[in-house]
Amino acid sequence: MIKKFIENAGWPRVIIGLFLLGLFIAAPFVGVRVDTSLSDTLVRFGMNAVMVLAMIPMVQSGCGLNFGLPLGIIAGLLGATLSVELNEKILAHCAQYVDAAAWGAPISFASAIVMALPIAAVLGYLYGKLLNRVKGDEMMIATYVGFSSVAFMCIAWLLLPYKNPTMIWGYAGAGLRTTISVNGYWFHVLSDFLAFTPFGLSHLYVPTGMLLFFAFMAFLVWLFMRSKTGTAMTAVGSNPEFARASGVNVDRMRVISVMLSTMLGAVGILVYEQSFGFIQLYMGPFYMALPAVASILLGGASVNKASILNVAVGTFLFQGILTMTPSVINSVLQTDMSEVIRLIVSNGMILYALTRKVRVKR
Amino acid sequence: MSEVPLLKLENIGKEYYGNRVLSNVSFSLMPGEILGLVGENGAGKSTLMNILFGMPVIASTGGYEGNVVLDGRPVRFTSPTQALAAGIGMVHQEFSLIPGFTATENILLNREVLNPSLLEYIFSHRMSTLDREAMYQRADTAIRTLGVDISPDMTVAEMPVGYKQFIEIAREIDRKQTRLLFLDEPTAVLTETEAQILLKALKKLAESGIAIVFISHRLNEVKELCDRIVVLRDGEVIQEADARTASVRDIASWMVGRAVSEAPESEPQKPRQVREETALKVEHLWVDMPGETVRDVSFEVRKGEIFGIGGLAGHGKLGIPNGVMGLYPAGGRVELFGEGIPLNRPRRALDKKMAFVSEDRRGVGLLLDERIDWNVTFTAMQVQGRFLKGIPGLFQLRDDAAMSRAAEALIKLLDIKCTGPGQHAGELSGGNQQKVCLAKAFVLQPDLLLVSEPTRGIDVGAKTLVLDALRRYNQENGTTIIITSSELEELRSVCDRIAIVGEGRIAGVLPAKRPAEDFGLLMMGHEVEVEGSGGQGSPQSSNVEATA
Amino acid sequence: MNKTGKSFWALLADNAVPIVFIVISAIAIPLSGFSASYLVQELLVRIGRNSFLILSLLIPIMAGMGLNFGMVLGAMAGQIGLIMVSDWAIVGIPGMVLAMMVGTPIAAVLGVFCGSVLNRAKGQEMVTGYILGFFINGVYQLVVLYLMGWVIPVTNPVLLLSRGYGIRNAVSLIGIRGVLDNLIPVSFPFMGGVVRIPLATLLVIAAFCFFIVWFRRTKLGQDMRAIGQSQPVSDSAGIAVNKTRIIAIVISTVLACYGQIIYLQNMGTLNTYNSHDQAGMFSIAALLIGGASVSRASIANVFVGVILFHLMFIVAPMAGKNLIGQAQIGEYFRVFVSYGIIAIALVLHAWKRNRDREAARRSLRGPAGSPAKEAA
Repeated sequence: MIKKFIENAGWPRVIIGLFLLGLFIAAPFVGVRVDTSLSDTLVRFGMNAVMVLAMIPMVQSGCGLNFGLPLGIIAGLLGATLSVELNEKILAHCAQYVDAAAWGAPISFASAIVMALPIAAVLGYLYGKLLNRVKGDEMMIATYVGFSSVAFMCIAWLLLPYKNPTMIWGYAGAGLRTTISVNGYWFHVLSDFLAFTPFGLSHLYVPTGMLLFFAFMAFLVWLFMRSKTGTAMTAVGSNPEFARASGVNVDRMRVISVMLSTMLGAVGILVYEQSFGFIQLYMGPFYMALPAVASILLGGASVNKASILNVAVGTFLFQGILTMTPSVINSVLQTDMSEVIRLIVSNGMILYALTRKVRVKR
Repeated sequence: MSEVPLLKLENIGKEYYGNRVLSNVSFSLMPGEILGLVGENGAGKSTLMNILFGMPVIASTGGYEGNVVLDGRPVRFTSPTQALAAGIGMVHQEFSLIPGFTATENILLNREVLNPSLLEYIFSHRMSTLDREAMYQRADTAIRTLGVDISPDMTVAEMPVGYKQFIEIAREIDRKQTRLLFLDEPTAVLTETEAQILLKALKKLAESGIAIVFISHRLNEVKELCDRIVVLRDGEVIQEADARTASVRDIASWMVGRAVSEAPESEPQKPRQVREETALKVEHLWVDMPGETVRDVSFEVRKGEIFGIGGLAGHGKLGIPNGVMGLYPAGGRVELFGEGIPLNRPRRALDKKMAFVSEDRRGVGLLLDERIDWNVTFTAMQVQGRFLKGIPGLFQLRDDAAMSRAAEALIKLLDIKCTGPGQHAGELSGGNQQKVCLAKAFVLQPDLLLVSEPTRGIDVGAKTLVLDALRRYNQENGTTIIITSSELEELRSVCDRIAIVGEGRIAGVLPAKRPAEDFGLLMMGHEVEVEGSGGQGSPQSSNVEATA
Repeated sequence: MNKTGKSFWALLADNAVPIVFIVISAIAIPLSGFSASYLVQELLVRIGRNSFLILSLLIPIMAGMGLNFGMVLGAMAGQIGLIMVSDWAIVGIPGMVLAMMVGTPIAAVLGVFCGSVLNRAKGQEMVTGYILGFFINGVYQLVVLYLMGWVIPVTNPVLLLSRGYGIRNAVSLIGIRGVLDNLIPVSFPFMGGVVRIPLATLLVIAAFCFFIVWFRRTKLGQDMRAIGQSQPVSDSAGIAVNKTRIIAIVISTVLACYGQIIYLQNMGTLNTYNSHDQAGMFSIAALLIGGASVSRASIANVFVGVILFHLMFIVAPMAGKNLIGQAQIGEYFRVFVSYGIIAIALVLHAWKRNRDREAARRSLRGPAGSPAKEAA
């Protein structure tokens, strides 16, 4: 029974899961509040889960792990900054139809998504076309396409003609700031929706809206993967030759999957920012792909198969470790080992997945 | 010549997973003798070579029976290195040359001449530098022995195909200890002149005392070069003959000929309707399929007919269905019931209600990591929009229940051994995987079914089941079927007519009832009188004889 | 089209990357307003500082393993050597040599580990090496931040964090700072300034170049070239493919360890947790700018690359400042170029490889179709 469970779950998840459980059990003994920790884990889960979800389409279509997530994030950042820049105009326009005071934040956030998606679609399309030409080397190229686009955007952030004084450097009068507060725009617009503190535990904050939003996105992905196109995409990832012989346009499926991944990445960063409270520009998106990649692998995905369950489990475990290790281990050892543990666990998972894939192939 | 044979095989036998591929193979070889080894594809030649060369695949599948005796001493190689050390050289069909290296570097690969150096005592010989001058000399000598003029400084990538073959052979003869040389279809890629040069070179080598085993389908060359001929069929030595006295026709009939009495009338059959109407018409088809190039092929298939395509591996028979289905670059004209089928577009071929069972079951035919019902229904879903629920054209989802039902029905129909429609295709045995491939094609309800190598790599029982299923499907639905197979007997047992493909062209179309040796001769590139007017594949030339 | 014309264009296409960078530099140098003597001095310093690290990349490329993103493992080993030597307060050339001696076994072990992992991920060497760099970085931090001064004896309070174990963020390497660069003092006047040459460092680099030239001519070098071109053929010829690949990575890792020590003796301070981070990326970018590709790199590529890359490094911020009034732009531009150039090189390589594979398949097909076309 237990053996079967371990077999189904896979050793890495069992070990990490037990480790996480151990941390939660140990927490009260070293003076760390369990409810606060749980709340932090939930919040971080909600912040990151959509970005992890963005891995699914590309993995399923055989494009590998989306190390190019920063591209989607950039689209999200453009949407976010544009929504702040154009906030007044948009709200003024919408005031004709709804009560702008009550609906200001949701409209503003929705406008960010609406503006980010076409940008992500275009970037994803080009990125997908590129990946079709470099089959077999997708992951390494994705990494560096992500990096160079982040560096390129660094220049762009300095030069783009944004005007909103809350976003640009005060002293220079031009160029966006490194971090931009979304307070007053759409701070916690999802997180606080239906948020509550169960059992009267004032420290256990449940960001219901954010979790519901993730569930909604996951449902959309689930629906898509069950459509004719989604089924074809899975077949392409499983065996491109089979798909071709069945009359499926393999390259087109791959481009669609990359576009979807990029668009999900854009939405993902917006969810992250509304909870975090800041838009992080410049080198902010640089290393955001690695935690997302590690999360989905930790959840049991392989380089060419991933499910929504993988996303949920992986994100929860990964963010749980990230939340618990600093607080618990710090209290025990009086030192912060979270960074080291994060590096070893996340990259260890990716290495495991990369070397495992080859073994299966033989 | 000494009296002790250089190589003696005693009752060699081999089984792969209960499939017997060799039994009681015995023959011997004297120094300086040239032996021709002939047989159809799958007769056991490559397995025999693998055994002699100590390939790890033999040991890992349970070893072999019998004895290999070299110089009067029994040997049992477990790695190719041992075979090389014992003086056995092998020239493969696929080139094992490094394209960016020169002829010299390839001939002396891993046997480079080294400058003596102090470091080799401290570390290993790998720290010594190469003596390029001496290497050049040795390579030059080896190439000259073959009687060809190739610069040792030429890189292999720049060489014409024929040269590469010579470099391969030069590599074997540079090995000082080589006394026994295996050549697996060395002339297949050569032009006629090059082949002549090679044959001359091989004779010269034999005079110097090296024994040669020459494997080829070109019977004229075998006759010209060899002293003796051993014919393998179904893993057994059928005939050992003197090359000077045996005629090409004899050899061909030994290769393919089970007794003619074994005619395909073994079971009673329901009357079938083969109509005069043409189902598929192929004109001047060429297909760029690697290893199976089709050059210029024209034929017609009638409605309701079971049409066979046979021929040796590598001559293009597999290219025909793959080209018709648009899986490889192709040109020419293909018509189905008078309507042109655009080539190079698999989707268009599928839209016209053609279905294909690929010869590459694991590579093209199946989604090994997915469920059986996915495998069976996927193509129908993508092409015909079936197994979907919702509002067509607007929003549709996979209908898992319908998929399972369809798969279950076919599992029952074809008797697929599995735990249910949810099992992954990769977990099934070869025969059951083949049935899944057939099920996938049946679900499409095709007007024309193309089946490639339906029985390759599956056991005898499954073979019969698969062939029966095809025959039954043809009877019940009147579906036109084209079967491509390397196994002539199999084609003769189910088909109405059989086309034999040689060197990318149709060598002839014969009714399945003709004696096996006629087909054998066609395969070997010899003329056979075709009944009627004798044209290639014109519908009047060969009367369809429904096996009733 | 005549033959010389064709080869001229081919030459241009082959060297497109260095040419673009020469053009960028030609525009940026006058904009930056630096004096010639300053530029030459800076370049000499940077050639001495970086060449060794870049050279360490050549051998894995020869063995067909692509750009060795795992070279940061060697850099970390070198840093551990330097930390130990600083603790023992051994200075000057002996200190450097000792640091190398400490680093060598660590680098060799890491190299064997890295090579074995890469052997399990054939075809994905680069991305695996890259992730391996991050993974070992975690282990390195564990060792340096927690084990040093606790399990591994480090006592010098200047090195240790105030809590009693773990190494500080910045370690001053004052004891060995510039010892190699200034071992043989040479300077000459140049266009109104005085240029000092790090002669001893350049000699070490020259010796390394000779080593590589010699190595290419050895049996081991020949084996690596063979493996780089075709693993199955090499294997059937009896060359120990996996072992040779590990040797290639070990050599590269150990040399990267020496390279990092030479780099840091020039810098004079060790950023314990960051120095190695960018060693790999900058070395790889420089090599690619020098015209190398994932499968082909020469010593000339190394020096052309180091000059062009660092020329851009020096002039880009100033040029950006003088052009747009923001030095930040130049900074970001060079970061963009570093990553962009790696991305482009990888894309070109994969693209070309897929095309070659297609061409190779076509050459096997033989002249299909031609008779059919005649007939039709």
